[in-house]
Amino acid sequence: MIKDWFKSGSPWIWMTAGAVSINLLLVAGLLLLIAIRGLGHFWPADIVEYQYQDKSGASVIIGEQVAESLLPEAQAKAAGHEVPQGAEYLQQWLIKTGNRDILGSDFRWIQTQYVQQQSQPADLVAVERREWGNFYGRLLAVKEAGAVIAQGDQAWDVAQQKLARVLELHQQIEQLQDKEMGAINYDLERLRLKQKALELKQQWNDATAQEFAAQKAAYQKDYQTIQQQLTTLNQEIKRCSVTMAAAGGKEVNIPLTRIVKLTRPNSMSVFDKSIEYVTNFAAFVSEEPREANTEGGIFPAIFGTVMMVLLMAIVVTPFGVIAAVYLREYAKQGFLTRLIRIAVNNLAGVPSIVYGVFGLGFFVYILGGSIDKLFFPEAAPAPVFGTPGLLWASLTLALLTLPVVIVATEEGLSRIPKSIREGSLALGATKAETLWRTVLPMASPAIMTGLILAIARAAGEVAPLMLVGVVKLAPTLPLDGNFPYLHLDRKFMHLGFHIYDVGFQSPNVEAARPLVYATSLLLVMVIVGLNMFAIAIRNNLREKYRALEN
Amino acid sequence: MTTEARKTHAIDISALNRPTEKSGKDKLETCIKVENLNLFYGSKQALHSVSMDMPRKKVTAYIGPSGCGKSTLLRCINRMNDLVDGVQIDGKILLNGEDIYDKSINVAALRRRVGMVFQKPNPFPKTIYENVAYGLRIQGINDRRVLDEIVEKSLRGAALWDEVKNRLNDNALGMSGGQQQRLVIARAIAIEPEVILLDEPASALDPISTLKIEELIDELKEKYTIVIVTHNMQQAARVSDYTAFMYMGELIEFGETSELFTNPAKKQTEDYITGRYG
Repeated sequence: MIKDWFKSGSPWIWMTAGAVSINLLLVAGLLLLIAIRGLGHFWPADIVEYQYQDKSGASVIIGEQVAESLLPEAQAKAAGHEVPQGAEYLQQWLIKTGNRDILGSDFRWIQTQYVQQQSQPADLVAVERREWGNFYGRLLAVKEAGAVIAQGDQAWDVAQQKLARVLELHQQIEQLQDKEMGAINYDLERLRLKQKALELKQQWNDATAQEFAAQKAAYQKDYQTIQQQLTTLNQEIKRCSVTMAAAGGKEVNIPLTRIVKLTRPNSMSVFDKSIEYVTNFAAFVSEEPREANTEGGIFPAIFGTVMMVLLMAIVVTPFGVIAAVYLREYAKQGFLTRLIRIAVNNLAGVPSIVYGVFGLGFFVYILGGSIDKLFFPEAAPAPVFGTPGLLWASLTLALLTLPVVIVATEEGLSRIPKSIREGSLALGATKAETLWRTVLPMASPAIMTGLILAIARAAGEVAPLMLVGVVKLAPTLPLDGNFPYLHLDRKFMHLGFHIYDVGFQSPNVEAARPLVYATSLLLVMVIVGLNMFAIAIRNNLREKYRALEN
Repeated sequence: MTTEARKTHAIDISALNRPTEKSGKDKLETCIKVENLNLFYGSKQALHSVSMDMPRKKVTAYIGPSGCGKSTLLRCINRMNDLVDGVQIDGKILLNGEDIYDKSINVAALRRRVGMVFQKPNPFPKTIYENVAYGLRIQGINDRRVLDEIVEKSLRGAALWDEVKNRLNDNALGMSGGQQQRLVIARAIAIEPEVILLDEPASALDPISTLKIEELIDELKEKYTIVIVTHNMQQAARVSDYTAFMYMGELIEFGETSELFTNPAKKQTEDYITGRYG
């Protein structure tokens, strides 16, 4: 009976289906975990007020409940906690109390046995600040230039109004400071480098000196104007502040320029919270990070990752395709080509950090150093290309993913039926023309497959990037409005590295944890997005170049 | 000859006792002259000292059992055998007096003069228009108006124009086998070769498509020299003016089709024609 069952092939079907199911579950589980933990980070959580009575007395605690833990009785006792009679577990809650400037830390564990009462008053306010994290408390009054202009019930609307204005001014200041002043600084720097270059070439004389002095004066005049504008704006922005009452009644005055957002989560409906959620997520993807990457958005990291992957794709595709074409079409198939293929396949197995070291040694120091000596002697001793940057990172990753593209392209080329090639040659085309006009277009779906695999691998690699161009915090993006617009020598931020940095290097681990999930989620989304794009192109090409049915 | 008449003639080869048609000249010009051609695949000899003269603007057919070297010989004429590893060729093939195996010959230029149609239709995965225009684009002709004209002329010449004139931008792979083969022929004649080589062009097609191809060959021979390899003796009898019978790499007999089929000189030829062996 069992023998018959084995013979019928059923166990094989069960086994293979089971393997697929387990795989799907793993992938789905992973994505679900990241999604839930990550996306949960953006939902405006309710603020709870606890009446707490423990050995040290009665106190009020305000904050968000973030986590729960159950310590077994023995462990709790060993840790010095007092366990209520008859209880098997000691229940603790992790509360995000915020107010790091007052309380010393953002988070606190409290024991549920000591909580006398908990409520969610509608007037509790969550203040998202630019520094020192969140603040939780009650809004007492709004002050302008030292005088109270609103109190009690009116305070909320007035505060929001003033905050909107302050945020507007902030944007203007940012625009002036980062964009316009930044541009002038950039131009001044280029002027200085030009001057140095002329000095080195011994073309510096009085005429040029005058010219340069005039230019410099013009730039500096612009700079002054902007600075004046900034001073006025800064003065205006500092006028307003809010007075908040923290848990326990302590009054704190927070200038509005330090505030990003004021919300009252307890009095928000589900609809309001949904809108807030979307706003939070949008801010996460479009803003810059704050507070050593533990708060704020991750836009520079997303930008850096996408930029680097695109550059890598532009480098690796022609390189890989041409190498594969040579190996398969032109090279005489013999010992040497077999050796080359083995070498290429082995390249795929080299640990990525080794590529990082190679990139650092060869690309950055040797190649970059030579470029600096030849083309940028005036910048010395500051390195331009002789230091890790976007270009070297992309090249290193291109090298890493080259074997994948070569193998996929070769595979694609070998599938093209001989009849097509013969047909083209019989019409008087040379081999090169046949390749270019017929064979390569037909192999383009396979080339896209190689590219998809390359993107998937490169977007996830972090180790080599740490050596060749990624930094924790980059002051500028590699693409901006200053000539030459694409700065290949700049360092950049990367999602993978960001996850590592936030998860392991941040000063505030508890605050960072939800951010790690959120960033992982975004990294997965970016890679899926890039892949979907490439797959769409590939499907398009497949339809177009449907090979002859055999 | 009309289609109906051609059909009834198809089975009765003895009725091919018609007088040889002269092309208006008394002497037939030789287009392709094969002189003592020997071909080796590695150490195995596939062609033994083959010599023949193929006249201009006539249809020459190669017949013979499988493996006798007909396709090999055909592929020598446009040097497609160069693509096979380990091939060695000894002897000459003169195209209008020039030895095509001379070192100074540009093979791509040769193949523009000697077109080829393969057994299985092999249109490119492009539009019908682009398939026909392929050879022209390679020669650098990219002017849309010039291409339009030549594409139409070629498709008419291949008896395909009426069927595809409204869908020139459709994918060529969507056509039937017979249409694809005619497209390949149109593609070949678009570059105006001197010779067209047909390697069993209708063996993969249904009878109606085969008939259309045979009619086409009859029209094409007014402009091009045609050499056709066929497994189908009756087809050779219907279509060709001259026939070469090959066996085991050797040319056994070459002569006018009507003569060869009714009054073969060699006994081997007669045995093959009467079906004593295939």
